[in-house]
Amino acid sequence: MSQQNKNEWPLWEVFIRSKAGLDHKHAGSLHAADAQMAIENARDVYTRRMEGVSIWVVESKHIRASDPGEAASLYEPATDKIYRHPTFYDLPDEVKYM
Amino acid sequence: MTVHSFQEHFDSLIDREIAIEPKDWMPDNYRKTLIRQISQHAHSEIIGMLPEGNWITRAPSLRRKAVLLAKVQDEAGHGLYLYSAAETLGISRDEMYDQLHTGKAKYSSIFNYPTLTWADIGAIGWLVDGAAIMNQVPLCRTSYGPYARAMVRVCKEESFHQRQGFEIMLTLSKGTEVQRKMAQDAFNRWWWPSLMMFGPPDAESPHTEQSVRWRIKRFTNDELRQKFVDVTTEQAKVLGLDMPDPEIKWNEERGHYDFGKINWDEFWNVVKGNGPCNKQRLEARNKAWNEGQWVRDAAMAYAAKKKNKAAEAA
Ligand SMILES: [Fe+2]
Ligand SMILES: [Fe+2]
Ligand SMILES: [Fe+2]
Repeated sequence: MSQQNKNEWPLWEVFIRSKAGLDHKHAGSLHAADAQMAIENARDVYTRRMEGVSIWVVESKHIRASDPGEAASLYEPATDKIYRHPTFYDLPDEVKYM
Repeated sequence: MTVHSFQEHFDSLIDREIAIEPKDWMPDNYRKTLIRQISQHAHSEIIGMLPEGNWITRAPSLRRKAVLLAKVQDEAGHGLYLYSAAETLGISRDEMYDQLHTGKAKYSSIFNYPTLTWADIGAIGWLVDGAAIMNQVPLCRTSYGPYARAMVRVCKEESFHQRQGFEIMLTLSKGTEVQRKMAQDAFNRWWWPSLMMFGPPDAESPHTEQSVRWRIKRFTNDELRQKFVDVTTEQAKVLGLDMPDPEIKWNEERGHYDFGKINWDEFWNVVKGNGPCNKQRLEARNKAWNEGQWVRDAAMAYAAKKKNKAAEAA
């Protein structure tokens, strides 16, 4: 994320729900003076072809991201717990609907 | 990790076709090259609105006008997607604007040609957007994640651009004799600059090898240019227009059309700022930017005022 330039409108991240029942998904970012303008600009920039039914915007400076350099240790606890997956368990073929 | 192992990790991601994301380590040169390429692309989308904007108020029907407006609005969107992709690499929007406005940054030379008649709008959609699509489709799989995602969006929107242009050309070429001549004239003027859009010949394009390795570029300039010549020559037959190049000839052995020599002196001359409209384009951009300053300031002042009010009320 770029450092905020003094004269620039703040940068916002845009999330769009493409249809009812689905999650909001990151669509991209844009500059706007405030949240209201960010939503209106997001409408014009990211939903010109009915790509969305709901828009979230959040100022980019509020996003905290994990460090890809630490990915190995961050996700390590999950790698050796294959018993969290259903395929770990050996059941006789006669058992149905499980 | 040492720089060496960072580099190894980066190379292995590239080799395995895994996307590079903003917070990943990347070589300085990769970052620099991408910033240059993405911002130049963004500038091209923005400047590209100017020659077409010239005809919005004079479109021959309400339908054509609505379509052209929608197309030009898309180009603004493309510029914005790309600027924000470039920003993830650590350059600010204002810095990029400044590079464009001072003439330090380049944009596609094709937009330094004038749009003299309505048929030019047809020729631009058909040829210029057509060439852009050919350049851009491979970039949907480029190595830098935000760039690739922006290109997916862009490419989805481009195909209507080319089709509306071809439709204009088709209508004119099947119209009166004057209209047919107008279409042919526009074709003649836009053909060669469109071929130049793919950039200098491979032999003179020093960045190609590194960029192909980084998957910033997926085909060479000459490969894409040949593909464009092949498909466009066939499309021109549907329009019943003559190819602007007398040397166009099917080469059975190569399985491609041979074509005449491109005037690279003209290309470099336009790149250096001496095209028919370079000055006009930059002036229009600077004017829009400078005259919009008070709007940007007012919006910031208003946002600050609202924030203060909300704080007082709380
Ligand atoms: Fe575009
Ligand atoms: Fe484009
Ligand atoms: Fe386009």
